[in-house]
Amino acid sequence: MTVNMTKGQAISLQKNDGGTLTAVRMGLGWQAAPRRGLFGSRTREIDLDASAVLFADKQPIDVVFFRHLVSDDGSVRHTGDNLVGGVGQGGDDEAILVDLARIPVHIDQIVFTVNSFTGQTFQEVQDAFCRLVDETNGQELARYTLAGGGQYTAQIMAKVHRAGAGWQMTALGTPANGRTFQDLMPAILPHL
Amino acid sequence: MTAELVRGQNHPLPQARLEIRVSAGKPIVAGATLSDENGKVHGVEWVAHPGSPTLPGLEVSKQAAADHRLAFDLDALTEAVHRVSVLLALPTGVGGPARFGSVAAPFVAVTGLGGAEIASYTITGLDAETAVVALELYRRQGAWKVRAVGQGYAGGLAELLADQGLPQAPQLANDINEAVARGLARSVAAPPPRTAEGDRSRHTAASALGPDQGGPTPQGATGHVSQQAGYVGGPAQGDPSAATQPPMPGGGGPVNYSHPGRQAAAPPSPPPTAPPVQPGQPAQPVAGDATGWSMEERLYNQVWGMFEDLARTTAAYRSAVDFADSRMEQELDKVLSDPRSRIGGQADAARETARAKHSQLVDQARAALDRDLAQLSAEAEVVEPALPTAFARWDSPVWQGYRVPMEIPMALRLGDLQLPESSGLSIPMLVRLPLERGLWIDSGRAGSPDGSLADSDELRRLAVDTAVALAARLLAVYPAGEYTVHVIDPAGSGASALAPLVQTGVLHTPPAVGAAGVNDVLARLTQRVDLVQMAIRAGAADSLPPDLDTAEQLLIVNDFPHGFDDRAVTQLRYLADEGPAVGVHLMMVADREDAAAYGPLLDPLWRSLLRLTPVPDDHLADPWVGHAWTYEPSLVPPGSQVLQHVLTQVAAARRDWNR
Repeated sequence: MTVNMTKGQAISLQKNDGGTLTAVRMGLGWQAAPRRGLFGSRTREIDLDASAVLFADKQPIDVVFFRHLVSDDGSVRHTGDNLVGGVGQGGDDEAILVDLARIPVHIDQIVFTVNSFTGQTFQEVQDAFCRLVDETNGQELARYTLAGGGQYTAQIMAKVHRAGAGWQMTALGTPANGRTFQDLMPAILPHL
Repeated sequence: MTAELVRGQNHPLPQARLEIRVSAGKPIVAGATLSDENGKVHGVEWVAHPGSPTLPGLEVSKQAAADHRLAFDLDALTEAVHRVSVLLALPTGVGGPARFGSVAAPFVAVTGLGGAEIASYTITGLDAETAVVALELYRRQGAWKVRAVGQGYAGGLAELLADQGLPQAPQLANDINEAVARGLARSVAAPPPRTAEGDRSRHTAASALGPDQGGPTPQGATGHVSQQAGYVGGPAQGDPSAATQPPMPGGGGPVNYSHPGRQAAAPPSPPPTAPPVQPGQPAQPVAGDATGWSMEERLYNQVWGMFEDLARTTAAYRSAVDFADSRMEQELDKVLSDPRSRIGGQADAARETARAKHSQLVDQARAALDRDLAQLSAEAEVVEPALPTAFARWDSPVWQGYRVPMEIPMALRLGDLQLPESSGLSIPMLVRLPLERGLWIDSGRAGSPDGSLADSDELRRLAVDTAVALAARLLAVYPAGEYTVHVIDPAGSGASALAPLVQTGVLHTPPAVGAAGVNDVLARLTQRVDLVQMAIRAGAADSLPPDLDTAEQLLIVNDFPHGFDDRAVTQLRYLADEGPAVGVHLMMVADREDAAAYGPLLDPLWRSLLRLTPVPDDHLADPWVGHAWTYEPSLVPPGSQVLQHVLTQVAAARRDWNR
């Protein structure tokens, strides 16, 4: 069961059987740039990057992205930078794994973002998507289609935040522009 | 619609960006010349050929091939260029066909970027020619057109280029032929057809072993690599998704998925499995609960896993406490600066709330940390007794039942690591063998954290004790005769601490004293490093002198720089830099202050060594978060005879092996 989330929609990360989620994965996938006929060596690779920013009371505490693959506390892990995309048909090219049970107690929100490092807008990228998956059973919780997403180079995708004893996810889906998550910080702050 | 041109016919070109495809059935050379409105080529820089394949606006292949795709962007050509001639030639001197008459008629096609053909031309009627102008693209009233030419030259490229008015034609023709010959020599011949999958895995095994066995011989290594590259080069350069797929075996037989380098290895014994977990309870820890091919490797990985877990859980705790502190500070500041809160009890209430929030968060963080520490402590309790001698503390029972090993262990315990938050839980500090860096036991006062050990003589003695314990451990974990220890003790100040090594007879020669002793030991070790390096570079390991000690060497230097002249210092630095790669390791017992006279000259030496302290000191950083860990050396418990017991066995085993 996949929920195609709409902007601003919140879903509680409760399992169907009543237990709470313990591990989620944010996956990002896109199709590699087509080879150009002329000067085949000069292809225009598409490099999208997934990042996760950890906030405590609206202050950024830690960031997991391609230059810092594991948060200091080890609870959020990036599987590594993919520079060209297209690993599998519909598979994730980059993924960020979040062990919700191990997140430090003061972290109350985690914001996931996607950036186009090479500068192509989402209009130029084919079959780009990002999704959130329950890592324990592989079930897809939410999915966004980025392709055809307009003249934007970044998207603030979703936030996972504490709600009571468990966690809740809110779809943000806000388009933005920027090369890395740093450029997005002003755009992220209103959503906290 | 494709226009099939005949010789002399022309055709308009609808676009500037084009591809010209050539197919000839045999490897041929393709190139292009640019010429002005009079048909003259101005110089070699107006010719694109395999030796210089790219010009503004066009690109040709780097080597001879049966099929070519030449890329053109006519808009990118300079204004002076009025004509582009596409030429084909037979490669000379590589055993190919000698005349176009003996190959199939070459076919050229002008296509758009999408591959749609605009015009094509089959060059017929060639005989003794070895070079031919196939097509020319030319400007006509602001637009580009293509003409089928088909003008052959029996004199080859030299005649062709000379005909276009290029003065250096013969020389350029030579250059082109050389570039083509080089390209053919460099390209890897297609691998021989394979029949069985066994052939394939044997082949890859050979190339995988190449760098290990013949690593120092560059010729052998590159040979293997290029062969390997030839194997997988095709898919890797094409579609990236194809690179992830394994190359298909030619014979169509079943694919052998086993790791070629590990075929000979016996399958590992299964790792111990944890007992089933009670619901709601953390898993019971088990020693060896990690990946690895042997129990030793599993324990090594498990210890490093515990090290990382402790580093990260502490990072989470510290981050939470830091945040709580800064938040409380901000809130208290706000109370102070808010004029309304000065009256009445509001300020006190606000302060109280801020403190309560702070302590609540800190308590939560502490609870999470305690939960993790309890888990790690339980794991340490089962792991520590299971550790083999090389990983075990000196007070472990495995040292009492010590036997001289037959194999070199993968790592060695240098001591224990602790964090202030993890009282009672210490992680074994395991480093891989053979040592990659030398060790420096810091006997300086900087080594004692708060000057509590102000007695520097006491500190120096402890430092030598630490060095002896480490040297004894190294001697004990290597098989008999595979580790040799040299000691330099110029003033004899470490004699009492060194006694266990001397009295048990594990040293070949007594500790060197005086300047002459220092120079003698350093000269011998320097010569050894030089000899082994030379032998490895020449790939002639069997040409080493027969009396050369093939064991790994450890040089313990006490009291540096006492007894060292400039030449000896230089030799020591050489050993520190070059020694580890050829099995000569350094252990310095020194106070950096003693060598202060050398100024910054010795800084690289100190930096290259791993600093250890004879007393607990927080100077080691972990590789993940960079906490400062307190290192505590692994020392023999006071009054224990375990060191003498172990070293006696080592010495006896060495005598038995007659080494």
